[in-house]
Amino acid sequence: MTQSAHKNATLAKLRLFGILPTWVSISLLMIGPLLIMAAVSLMEANVYGGVHPRFDVSSYAQILFDTNLFDEREFNPAYLIIIMRSFLLATAATVLALIIGFPAAYYIARQPDHRKNLLVFLITIPFWTNLLVRTFAWVIILGRGGFMDQVASFFNLLDDGGSINLMYTNTAILIGLVYSYLPLMVLPLYSSMEKMDVRLLEAGADLYANRVELVRRIILPLTMPGIIGGSILVFVPCLGAFIAPDLLGGGKKLMLGSLVQLQFATSRNWPFGAAIAMMLLAIVVIALMINARAARRHASYAQAEGGTAHD
Amino acid sequence: MTKTSPIKVASPSRFRPVWDFPGFSGLTIGFFAFLYVPILVLVAYSFNGSKFAMVWSEFSWRWYIKLLENDDIHSAAVNSLIVAFTAAPIATIMATLAALVMVRGGEFRGRDFTAGLITLPLMVPEIVTAVATLIFFALLNINLGLINVILAHTVFCIPFAYMPIKAALEAMDPGLEVAAQDLYADYWQAFYHVTLPLLTPGIISGFMLAFVISIDDFIITLMVAGAGSTTLPVYIYSMIRTGVTPEVNAVSTLLLAVSIVLVSIYWLLSSANRKGGAMG
Repeated sequence: MTQSAHKNATLAKLRLFGILPTWVSISLLMIGPLLIMAAVSLMEANVYGGVHPRFDVSSYAQILFDTNLFDEREFNPAYLIIIMRSFLLATAATVLALIIGFPAAYYIARQPDHRKNLLVFLITIPFWTNLLVRTFAWVIILGRGGFMDQVASFFNLLDDGGSINLMYTNTAILIGLVYSYLPLMVLPLYSSMEKMDVRLLEAGADLYANRVELVRRIILPLTMPGIIGGSILVFVPCLGAFIAPDLLGGGKKLMLGSLVQLQFATSRNWPFGAAIAMMLLAIVVIALMINARAARRHASYAQAEGGTAHD
Repeated sequence: MTKTSPIKVASPSRFRPVWDFPGFSGLTIGFFAFLYVPILVLVAYSFNGSKFAMVWSEFSWRWYIKLLENDDIHSAAVNSLIVAFTAAPIATIMATLAALVMVRGGEFRGRDFTAGLITLPLMVPEIVTAVATLIFFALLNINLGLINVILAHTVFCIPFAYMPIKAALEAMDPGLEVAAQDLYADYWQAFYHVTLPLLTPGIISGFMLAFVISIDDFIITLMVAGAGSTTLPVYIYSMIRTGVTPEVNAVSTLLLAVSIVLVSIYWLLSSANRKGGAMG
């Protein structure tokens, strides 16, 4: 054996040694459980929790239909309403996060380096802190007699004993969702805005573009990957959110995430919970595909344009 | 692509550069206020002497003192620490090995697959991971108490440990290892004497992020943990459900403080790394 072949064989062995623990643990504890969950979603429910290992698609049918006394399928909008609420709240949260996050991301991207790093760090801190605790903070703020009521009555905006009381409303859930995932919107936005060449804005201004046109025709197109990436990072966890609807919606205004949790905690209908979870997973896959397509398109655009335009 | 670094010119505002949008600084202040006011309110209320969680009376340590006397919180905190101090190091070791292969291992079959596999726990919604793991443990009858929780945590900690370690490796000059090998160091010696010491800040960063993610996890632990394996976030949740007392504010503040301190250390480490890299 030549020395280089020997070296290659050692390298291959080292590679396997390095990668195997990760492969095994993620396959066994992530892919395995997801496959088992997919199987469970196609089985018959056991009323005491768990499943009967018999093939049955009724948990998917249950999303839209109920079985009545005569064993006929009847349209049941209860879960459809939850699905619609989840989509509406997730969309609203994404749009709000974009509106709140866009100017901040732009402003931070234009700061000198040392201040930029500090501000980005300040955005990431909430992301690393406990989501349950951060959402609970909103219970203190929005609840009856809470921080917001006290501020309002301090400014005489509230009658004695009155309350703005947003708790257990869709608005409260929406605030909680925006608050939970706002950092995930701003970070990708920031990174695409930081890459943007400000000389393009100067060129646009020289050609008599006003600020609105600069945003619409230069900043928005160039930061589209960040907008799409950030929107997906907010939209997907919002759909599967459990904490915000539970604490701020009082468990009455369910979203998909809370519906899944309920099937395993109290309702004991595993196949139905697994079916909803599969639905969430399918939405993630679609979102990732949209993201990959947008990134590819942007990359080829940057290659075609950027090659000649800069450097 | 070259970047022009924006230079602040002390000029009257009518000469405002085109990239400087009026009103954006105010909106940015509003943005940070939105992020931080709720956290500050929570912290402030944890020092509230009143019996009622939401009504302010006077500054007091009483809820922190009460925490010290609460045995349930003790055991939940101990469980959290056991899980984090087991899952985070295991995840960090796996992530370090994987990052070495991915950054220094050259091209090999299954490279893209491995990259996807490592990021998978980040892609799957937490609630889906939670119920999938619950089904997995229940159907296979794996009932090992805290070990179940540790196993689940290890998996989702891997990508968080992996990211800073990979970044540190990519920022490191591979010429140093080549130089070591030119000086007749074998793989192991080059790794032990050159790569590992240089990579240590990255590994510590990875460990700290994994630790923070583990200690903060709620949803997956809620679904996976059995009766005796309650962690601090799960206990806080049960406290919130049974009726909000100011004790919740105090224990929540402590949990926030742990995360913020660890993440700040991580940030200081990595920015020291950045500066060192720029100078070297």
